[in-house]
Amino acid sequence: MNSEATMHSITNLLAEYAGLLDEDRLEEWLGLFAEEATYQVIPRENVARNLPASIILCTNKKMIRDRTVSLREANLYNLHYDRHFVSAIRVNVDGDGVYSVRANYAVYQTTIEGSSKLFSVGAYHDRVKMVGDRLLFIQKQVIVDTSSIPTLLATPL
Amino acid sequence: MSEQSGLIPNHPGMPGVRWPRNDYSRVPYQLYHDPDVYRLEQERIFKGPTWSYVGLEVEIPNPGDFITTFIGETPIILSRGEDNSVYAVVNRCGHRGSIVRRENYGNAKEHICIYHRWCFALDGKLMGVPFERGLKGKGGMDKDFDKSEHGLRKLRVESFSGVLFATFSDATESLADYLGPVFQGHFTRLFAKPVRVLGYQRQRIYGNWKFYMENQRDTYHGSLLHEFQAVFGLSRVTQEGGNKMDVHHRHNLTWARSKTDDDKEFAELYKENKVHEEQLKLEDPEIIKNKREFEDGITLAICGIFPNATVHQISNSLAVRQLRMTGPGEFELYWTLFGYVDDSEEMTNHRLLQANMVGPAGLISMEDGEAIELAHKATGSDQDAYSVIEMGGHGAIPDFIDHRVNDTPCRGFWAYYSQLMGCEPEGAVR
Ligand code: FES
Ligand SMILES: [Fe+2]
Repeated sequence: MNSEATMHSITNLLAEYAGLLDEDRLEEWLGLFAEEATYQVIPRENVARNLPASIILCTNKKMIRDRTVSLREANLYNLHYDRHFVSAIRVNVDGDGVYSVRANYAVYQTTIEGSSKLFSVGAYHDRVKMVGDRLLFIQKQVIVDTSSIPTLLATPL
Repeated sequence: MSEQSGLIPNHPGMPGVRWPRNDYSRVPYQLYHDPDVYRLEQERIFKGPTWSYVGLEVEIPNPGDFITTFIGETPIILSRGEDNSVYAVVNRCGHRGSIVRRENYGNAKEHICIYHRWCFALDGKLMGVPFERGLKGKGGMDKDFDKSEHGLRKLRVESFSGVLFATFSDATESLADYLGPVFQGHFTRLFAKPVRVLGYQRQRIYGNWKFYMENQRDTYHGSLLHEFQAVFGLSRVTQEGGNKMDVHHRHNLTWARSKTDDDKEFAELYKENKVHEEQLKLEDPEIIKNKREFEDGITLAICGIFPNATVHQISNSLAVRQLRMTGPGEFELYWTLFGYVDDSEEMTNHRLLQANMVGPAGLISMEDGEAIELAHKATGSDQDAYSVIEMGGHGAIPDFIDHRVNDTPCRGFWAYYSQLMGCEPEGAVR
């Protein structure tokens, strides 16, 4: 891929990620991860203090799938809609078809009564890779500035 | 029931509370919403004869190390002095009342307020006031200004097994007595080895703090509200377990042992009670595996220490949850996740994985935030109405319970709360 095409497909991947979450299509969202993919939500203050504990940590795709199954079948959480806003991306070529991607995100939540508020702001530190003809996440790291999570965190950031 | 030190009954500022019963099995919603009650709680509970959790010794290992923390809504600086002793002082400048220490943590020789640079020693003493003598004989503080009267308010601090508590009151009994034998025993078990902080989680809940205190003492909600446990076959009410309380019933330990019940019996019981029938399997069950590390085989221990802390062991996830308040309808839970210094890398990774089960996104805890907000939202409009606390029966509160189908420790919480607040019902049954 030339660099413009690369930027374009990475931007598309992040847009797809956001869109599928906002449309509550968790099972399709799962399809954006490679088998070895990790998904982590970690408070910025832990990163700053070099402390390893996360808010969510999935070390492989099976665990990400277990989260989505649990959200569907077991967990009870605030009834709401999400809107993800993802900033322009910064990309680094790591080689072997792997790219490091950084972007800022904001997620607004809207209650079923129709009031909206900013739920979370932070940064994505991702790694993506070409698998066959598809670009997939091998790492999704969400660094949460809003580390004092309002109410609870159920639907993925 | 022994006489409590520092207890002032029937505090005059306390609004009248209409208890429908005298055994705390009915709690008027007023107590969660009345702003006067909230103000009085800060005085009589958080600044009263209680020990509040403020941090772990390991968070301030070296002289000059400090963290900022809270007791109720009061900001606190916790510092380690040159002589290794620990100081807790109110984080409010003796000059005009500003927050002195703004950072969450650090290392310093003194605490200096940015506003007019008043300088305080780690133990709170006011050391320096810039321009105290004015300039060239003009201005400055009056000659009779006594620096010794304007330091940061110093609290009593005590440590038990490396866990730090502070109290505003001279009347509070020793920390060991405050904990009592059951909770001394539990702390000794959990903090037998040096601990290592793995990280922090925070959760901001828009509800009254006492809904959370009840939640922590409500033994039976776990297997109903936190369906993850039942759906994936973890903790369930059919397991061996129960509660232990101190003589005042202010603290509670909810405990259970996994694998002490029968899968079939469990499934049938839940079916009968119309809970849910489906059992699912995790594709990667690693996160629910318990690596046995305590000789007693206990896999769940939720230990609520009155008034502001819960220490949990959920399988191999260990944490202290501290309550930090910002008003009658809002508080933050501050979770300090820890392991042991001598944990293998594998054990550390396992604890980090099991952090998935706890905290604001915890697979078996996220629901609590929602449950508390639901209760808070609906109860404000009818403060004479009341909640029902009767699972496990009513009447006198026992110190020990040998089953998990109860919320009796909630009544224990209210019994002690009411003594401190001076709002006991007539002929109170504790
Ligand atoms: S308010 Fe702190 S020095 Fe003036
Ligand atoms: Fe709970």
